Amino acid sequence: MAGTAVRGRLTWQAATVSSLVDETAKVRTLVFEVPDWPGHQAGQHLDIRLTAEDGYRAEREYSISSAPGEPVTITVERLDDGEVSPYLTEEVRPGDEIELRGPIGGYFVWDPSDGGPLMLVAGGSGIAPLRAMIRDRARLGSTVPVRLLYSSRSWADVIYRDELSQHSEGLTVIHALTRAQPPGWTGYARRVDQQMLTEVAWPAAQSPLTYACGPTSFVESVSAGLVALGYPAERIRTERFGATGG
Amino acid sequence: MGFISRGFHGRRQEAPAGRVPPGQYVTSDFPVLSAGPTPHTPLEKWTFSIKGAHEPKSWTWQDFQALPAETVTVDIHCVTRWSKLDTHWTGVSLDVLLGAVESDAPYVLAFCDGGYTTNLPVADLKGGQAWVAFNYDGGPLPPEHGGPARLLVPHLYFWKSAKWVRGLELRDTDEPGFWETYGYHMYGDPWREQRFAGD
Amino acid sequence: MDPIGSSAAQDGALEPGALEDRVLDGNAIGGLLIEVFGTEMTTATGTCGHCGRVSQVAELAVYQPGLGTVARCRGCGGVLMVFVRSRGIACVDLQGLASLT
Repeated sequence: MAGTAVRGRLTWQAATVSSLVDETAKVRTLVFEVPDWPGHQAGQHLDIRLTAEDGYRAEREYSISSAPGEPVTITVERLDDGEVSPYLTEEVRPGDEIELRGPIGGYFVWDPSDGGPLMLVAGGSGIAPLRAMIRDRARLGSTVPVRLLYSSRSWADVIYRDELSQHSEGLTVIHALTRAQPPGWTGYARRVDQQMLTEVAWPAAQSPLTYACGPTSFVESVSAGLVALGYPAERIRTERFGATGG
Repeated sequence: MGFISRGFHGRRQEAPAGRVPPGQYVTSDFPVLSAGPTPHTPLEKWTFSIKGAHEPKSWTWQDFQALPAETVTVDIHCVTRWSKLDTHWTGVSLDVLLGAVESDAPYVLAFCDGGYTTNLPVADLKGGQAWVAFNYDGGPLPPEHGGPARLLVPHLYFWKSAKWVRGLELRDTDEPGFWETYGYHMYGDPWREQRFAGD
Repeated sequence: MDPIGSSAAQDGALEPGALEDRVLDGNAIGGLLIEVFGTEMTTATGTCGHCGRVSQVAELAVYQPGLGTVARCRGCGGVLMVFVRSRGIACVDLQGLASLT
């Protein structure tokens, strides 16, 4: 097949930051007002574009962390040597305009009609698109059973901590705290491994639908681990966030 | 381009006047940019070859280490707009390597582990302008930056300094390598901002 | 020139900057795919012209060295798609794909 250049229908538009939510010391959610937002599906993302006065540009993708019908939000982790994340988490103020385009994505999306049981596995800020799915499920009153295995450095680094702690019918949240644990912690105190997946994941016989999101090597080892438990690869959807950029 | 993001600068530094080509920004990082997975050729299997001459020539790693090497300090300029000043490399000059073969061919295509290629004029590899570098900043060149050895041609955009280089094919015509095939400039002089074909 | 960046996430479960973490998947180029093809493409199915492996575009290994975007087969590593943006237009070469539906 030869090369081609086609102008698509996805266009950049200026959205206004309406508010900011500090989720953890390094993580902030930006709430947008997007004129003519067409709506989105849980799991989709948007592209952000920043332009400096001299024309220098940087683009990044961020998962939409809110459910369909809610104001569009993204949740950004500040990387110390990042180029974009320090700007989004420290400089941006309510009222600022940010160029974005979206929603984007048809693969890493879920809505209750896709069924379950749902196996959600998050590494760090990989929780963002999965949180949109969990909120969508609650919003629609779905009874699809969900297990969320969520790996974070420490309790203080757990994003949406209080929200995930709220008792939710049919939703089980299992945390793995990999670097530091609070006093009295009886949960997992190590990185996600095969043994943990064996203990936590739905039995393969229940034909779960899996969404795994986070750093590339995390997602790949989780995916391989679930396949080793008998999960068919076609029912595991992955989204790799990478580790650099920012 | 009308939209400006208030307060956004990127992570750029001031450059000394005249030191940096047009459109470039100075960085103290060394970004790892690759079009594919990092190859890991064991040194006992590594060779550097020059093909297309009257007699092809090939060096093993041991042969290579026995060649005279130079340590140089150069500025490097990536077409993605970052420049890194005063980088330190040790390598074998292409004058030494090309001096070991007989050829009138005016061009080369550099070829690498992983399949990457890039084209250059032979004239730009001679006269102390290019090296096959195996040390960076005082230590062995790390795999993510092209180790065990990469081409180093600092007067051209850094995509011409092919990582994981395994040799040169001497040619009579200038044939585009990987990025050149997709529209990047055949020569790539940063001081004339030759980023894309037609620049 | 427009740099094509990547979103960032780090989890304490990994050492920051692990080499493999720089590699993304087709989800990361969802916007670029719409720009070039005019439609959502991450669920499109591609057949590798080198090894015959069939994958969804979202599952391809994506490298973004700034000069362009290279999507490779996760099975054999063969190059399937190359995107370069120059003078504001994004172009794609699909020669590595035996088919894309």
